[in-house]
Amino acid sequence: MCLWCRIRQKIPKKKKTYYAAHVMTPLLSAPGKKMAAVQDAPMELDAEKETKPEILSDGTSNLSGNTASGTLSSPPLTAGGAPKQEDQQTLIAVLQFLRRNKLTESVEILRREACLEDQEDSQTLDGSGGGKGDGDGGDANSLLSRVSIASAAAPQSTLTPIPVKNDQPDVSVVLSAYSQQGDPSLYQVYYSSLKNFIESVLDCHRAELSQLFYPLFVHMYLELVYNNHENKAKAFFEKFSGDQECYYQDDLRILCGLTKKEHLKGNEALLDFRTSRFVLRISRDSYQLLKRHLQERHNNQIWNIIQEHLYIDIFDGMPRSKSQIDSMSGSFAGETRREVNKAKVFYGLLKEPEIEVPLDDEDDEAENEEGKPKKKKTKKDSMGSKSKKQDPNAPQQNRIPLPELKDSDKLDKIMYMKESTKRIRLGPENLPSICFYSFLNAYQGLTAVDFTDDSSLLAGGFADSTVRVWSATPKKLRKVKSAAELNLIDKESDDVLERIMDEKTASESKNLYGHSGPVYGVSFSPDRNYLLSSSEDGTVRLWSLQTFTCLVGYKGHNYPVWDTHFSPFGYYFVSGGHDRVARLWATDHYQPLRIFAGHLADVTCTRFHPNSNYVVTGSTDRTIRLWDVLNGNCVRFFTGHKGPIHSLAFSPNGKFLASGSTDGRVLLWDIGHGLMIGELKGHTDTIYALKFSRDGEILASGSMDNTVRLWDSMKAFDDMETDDFTAATGHIHLPDNSQELLLGMYHSKSTPVTHLHFTRRNLLLAAGAYNSQ
Amino acid sequence: MTEREERRFAEVPRESIKLMAESTGVELSEEVATLLAEDVCYRLREATQNSSQFMRHAKRRKLSVEDFNRALRWSNTETVCGYGAQDALPFRPLKEGELFFVEDREINLVELALATNIPKGCAETMVRVHVSYLDGKGNLEPQGTVPTAVQSLSEDLLKYYQQITRAILGEDPHLMKVKSVSHDLDQLNRLLHMVKSLVQNPYLYLGSYVRSLVSSVMYCILEPLAASINPLNDHWTLRDYAALLLSHIFWTHGDLVSGLYHQILLSLQKVLSDPVRPLCSHYGAVVGLHALGWKAVERVLYPHLPAYWANLQAVLDDYSVSNAQVKADGHKVYGAILVAVERLLKMKALSLTLAAEGGCAGLPGTATGAVGFRENSLGLSPPPEPLSEPPLGIASHLQAGGAGCPWEEWTPVSLPAMYCELYSFFGDSLAVRFSTDPPLGGAPPSGSRQPLEGRKEPASGAPNLENTRKMPQLTASMNISPRQDGSPCMEPQPPSLAATVPGRSLARSSSSSSVSRSRSSSSRPGRSTSQSRDIFPKARFPLPQVGPPAFSFIIGGRQMGRRCQGRRFQTSFTPTPPLTTLPPRAYAHKLPVIGRVSKPVRRWTCSHYSLHLPL
Repeated sequence: MCLWCRIRQKIPKKKKTYYAAHVMTPLLSAPGKKMAAVQDAPMELDAEKETKPEILSDGTSNLSGNTASGTLSSPPLTAGGAPKQEDQQTLIAVLQFLRRNKLTESVEILRREACLEDQEDSQTLDGSGGGKGDGDGGDANSLLSRVSIASAAAPQSTLTPIPVKNDQPDVSVVLSAYSQQGDPSLYQVYYSSLKNFIESVLDCHRAELSQLFYPLFVHMYLELVYNNHENKAKAFFEKFSGDQECYYQDDLRILCGLTKKEHLKGNEALLDFRTSRFVLRISRDSYQLLKRHLQERHNNQIWNIIQEHLYIDIFDGMPRSKSQIDSMSGSFAGETRREVNKAKVFYGLLKEPEIEVPLDDEDDEAENEEGKPKKKKTKKDSMGSKSKKQDPNAPQQNRIPLPELKDSDKLDKIMYMKESTKRIRLGPENLPSICFYSFLNAYQGLTAVDFTDDSSLLAGGFADSTVRVWSATPKKLRKVKSAAELNLIDKESDDVLERIMDEKTASESKNLYGHSGPVYGVSFSPDRNYLLSSSEDGTVRLWSLQTFTCLVGYKGHNYPVWDTHFSPFGYYFVSGGHDRVARLWATDHYQPLRIFAGHLADVTCTRFHPNSNYVVTGSTDRTIRLWDVLNGNCVRFFTGHKGPIHSLAFSPNGKFLASGSTDGRVLLWDIGHGLMIGELKGHTDTIYALKFSRDGEILASGSMDNTVRLWDSMKAFDDMETDDFTAATGHIHLPDNSQELLLGMYHSKSTPVTHLHFTRRNLLLAAGAYNSQ
Repeated sequence: MTEREERRFAEVPRESIKLMAESTGVELSEEVATLLAEDVCYRLREATQNSSQFMRHAKRRKLSVEDFNRALRWSNTETVCGYGAQDALPFRPLKEGELFFVEDREINLVELALATNIPKGCAETMVRVHVSYLDGKGNLEPQGTVPTAVQSLSEDLLKYYQQITRAILGEDPHLMKVKSVSHDLDQLNRLLHMVKSLVQNPYLYLGSYVRSLVSSVMYCILEPLAASINPLNDHWTLRDYAALLLSHIFWTHGDLVSGLYHQILLSLQKVLSDPVRPLCSHYGAVVGLHALGWKAVERVLYPHLPAYWANLQAVLDDYSVSNAQVKADGHKVYGAILVAVERLLKMKALSLTLAAEGGCAGLPGTATGAVGFRENSLGLSPPPEPLSEPPLGIASHLQAGGAGCPWEEWTPVSLPAMYCELYSFFGDSLAVRFSTDPPLGGAPPSGSRQPLEGRKEPASGAPNLENTRKMPQLTASMNISPRQDGSPCMEPQPPSLAATVPGRSLARSSSSSSVSRSRSSSSRPGRSTSQSRDIFPKARFPLPQVGPPAFSFIIGGRQMGRRCQGRRFQTSFTPTPPLTTLPPRAYAHKLPVIGRVSKPVRRWTCSHYSLHLPL
């Protein structure tokens, strides 16, 4: 085994050392005055322990006992199909690995769990089983998840029988999936005969069957490589790589360099490619055609690959056209299986707590349940009208425990409503004004920007590992006085909140030091008291905007954390990173509450659904997944992007999702139906920022190509086909109407757009670093 | 993956591996080295792939050393690539072999430490906010709407635009549409300067805007401005300058406007052939033609001359008082035509010479463009850097523009024939001017040339061979001439000027004949306008030895008008660079617009708004 692999395997050890720090962090670093997150949600804190059973009782999840300290999700993609025996095989492999790395604690837990309930393990993706439940489970949990990613992700779904060394399985056993099956010199013949066949079939079938080229090509190539036929592999690649769709170029580039069996072992992406089945959707007719051909020709080699490594989702009806196929393909794992997106998603918004300007009677509103009769419906603010009735598509109000509103939150809500009345109604004729926040002298490299919801604060994350906060209003940023000084303050006075601030510290901006690597994501809490930042150093940090100090460092990712985002109700946040999982955290827990695993590559961006019940993640594997916060399930899986996804945005009504990627396209998705509903072409470079206007009328996209573009999202949503047939089959015809939908394009001369934000009155704020070169 | 495929990637050859191994004292077998080399290549690619992720997340386009180090670090490998830098590291090729390396300058620490100019630290990172687009439109200016063409400009260009409009016009007329500007000469003048600085700005790609710029310049050249009714308004200068600018545009952006050339010629021709148009328009057309080069003059003006001459003659022959004004204008046109024609003849003669000489040796350092335009096969390319030459005056620029004509074979009319015909119009004035600069002393086409000179110009035989000196001398004389010109609104001549200018030409000229001529010209200021008027009727007939009366008819009125205008204008920009030694200071007044207008400094005053906006 090469050096690199070995080193990689050692990484989990590091975690051990982190662990000690972990436990202490939140407690120690909480500031004297306030216990950071704890005060936010006192109920949540003590309820936390009870929450678990609660969730279990009403959750429909298939997770049995292991929600307690981190739900390991079980994405449908990879879960099914593996016989039980192999799972045991896998488990043994994992145990072996753990033992070798002297992780005895985990070994014990795993053994206990595995022996007791190996059926459960067969459901969990990570093989090692999430259920380390009680006690110190946190460490084992994060550790195991890591293990599963670094090395053991592979074992579960290997399909080949593992014959001999049952007692001494190795991680490399996985690779035996590519045991020699045919004469390597015939691979080219096989492939080209299939190619000839596909090219000779009727047009309507050709497009569908052409989907086979890429996965077959990759698998055959890898097989050749695995079996040490280096030269044949090269020849094979040379001959057929040109046939692949252009959007697979990136993958081909990786493949091209990979010519040795040893290389295979270290390459996680390809490991995943082999272990997860590439999904193709083919009509029954085309499939029959293919099957007949392969059987006639006795082309077993290809047939075996199709059987073992591909998942062909057969549907009845007309074959799809080339454009239909192209719009959905491009991801690293093929298309979405139809059944994956069938789960019900409660995309509606939660009912707004009803707040009267005199704050008297809203205590029970937050927990108001659906059927509960409202007593005071009469004199509510007109703006809240849409939230009066419970949206049928909304989740139950307490599906996810949310923090109770504080007085300050209510004040803010009132402010929000007041502002809303002054909101400009946007539309194609009434485009928003754009304000550009240029970061000047940002030599160190601006990597992330966020605005508070009320646009009063602005935070920038920089590559020199600093986070800087600016006030976007004339109000300066002030720290709270020191503890000693606070003692001198008359706590009864009316302006105590004013008095606790230290005037001497007033300044336009504050720097936050603490990270040890570039800061890739920043996110303000909705109440503007906290700021999250995620960094290359593998941590997410929570900063207080009262004291401008770091409160908590959330460690768990252990690899660069690319993005983080606060829940719209505060308290929860999500992060995603290079370790290919997204994690759900609560501010007062140092361990993640959920781990969303399933992406085959880095999780590049994460966003909370407006109702806080779902989390969406975009990944380098060119897919988007929507996760249920309640049970950690992946409920939506969107493919269609041709490049890593770098921006996501929910429409304000929660029904739609927009995603932008390096391919310069914005795709629009209907969450309820699980369909792609629009494609917005025009940008020429990576789209780093997406934002819907407050009413959802306009979608703004900002890109590296120094432009902001405004799109008519209303029109895009109205144009979509939502008839039953489309919904049932998922075959969409995308109108090519990007130009009609484009309402405006606005250039900055040399400032890539890093972030976009609509103020409460629908003024568009854009931010980016002026690039003088 | 064959050779072609392989070459997509950086490769570490086996030999390098062996070499490295040897340097650490390890002997590698061939086999091991091969394997190692392959693995190294793969690992390098892998690390590069991984590092690109760091680049993308840092929202950069350029992979940095830092990114690569991070990728290495995260695969638990020692970081080996040194320290990162913000600036791109230029790779330098080594001449021998295909070796590229990053330049690593040695830094003298002692020098650095003892240096007195302590480098400033980086400015603090800050955020500045500005309203980029209001209501989705680029109307930034509070006092009015920005024209549509401006909307598409980027924000920084928009700022630039604002700076320009504020600096130049103080109002908000459309950048490209001169017509929206009033007929205020002052404004037009500034506008022309702006166009000029736009054209000169090497960082600005004008693209299709050149066309609109050209059209606005054409407007300035040809339009019978309301302001030209008042004889006190110096619209002549404006036209001259616009013509100069036109030639400059064609020179610098010839590729962009090549299609316009014939269009412009046509429109100029139309104006010229339209007798209804006022004389000032005609003047503009002539000057414009001149600016477009002698080819243009030959093709358009020359064939037109017989028809036009009748009109002009009628004007000039009218002695009525009411006609005085028009007549003065007529004189100007006459002068312009004369200059243009003279240029034409000279260039033709020159081209003949050069063609005969193999087009090489002639004029090494004379007309600034002599070298440049010959290499340049573009349809019409005035010489390089007409603006960097000492500002000899508009005429010199025109000359430069004219000189930059292509060396084509288009010569429908032979030189002698042309000369004869032109002589029939201009008479001696042409002869005199033409001979002021006979650069072709012993030129081969003497068959045609010598007789001409011998006939018309007694002094032509003078050993006037020094080409290098001749061209400037010509320009000087052209500049002088307006002093004697009898334009009605002529300002009192600065006494120093009369002395200095001929002096200069004297100094510069090595020909005795021209010396005497300049002397005589300066000694004859007493020749009144009436005297010069007489020339016209007589011009039909050879009037050989009357002296150089026509000398005074060269582009007239240049010095009249509001001198201070130009001055004032220049100060509104960055300070005018001191005019170089050649022209006396007085010239600077006369010729306020000699391409010395530096472009407006880009200032960032706008960016100093507070972060606060009413959100």
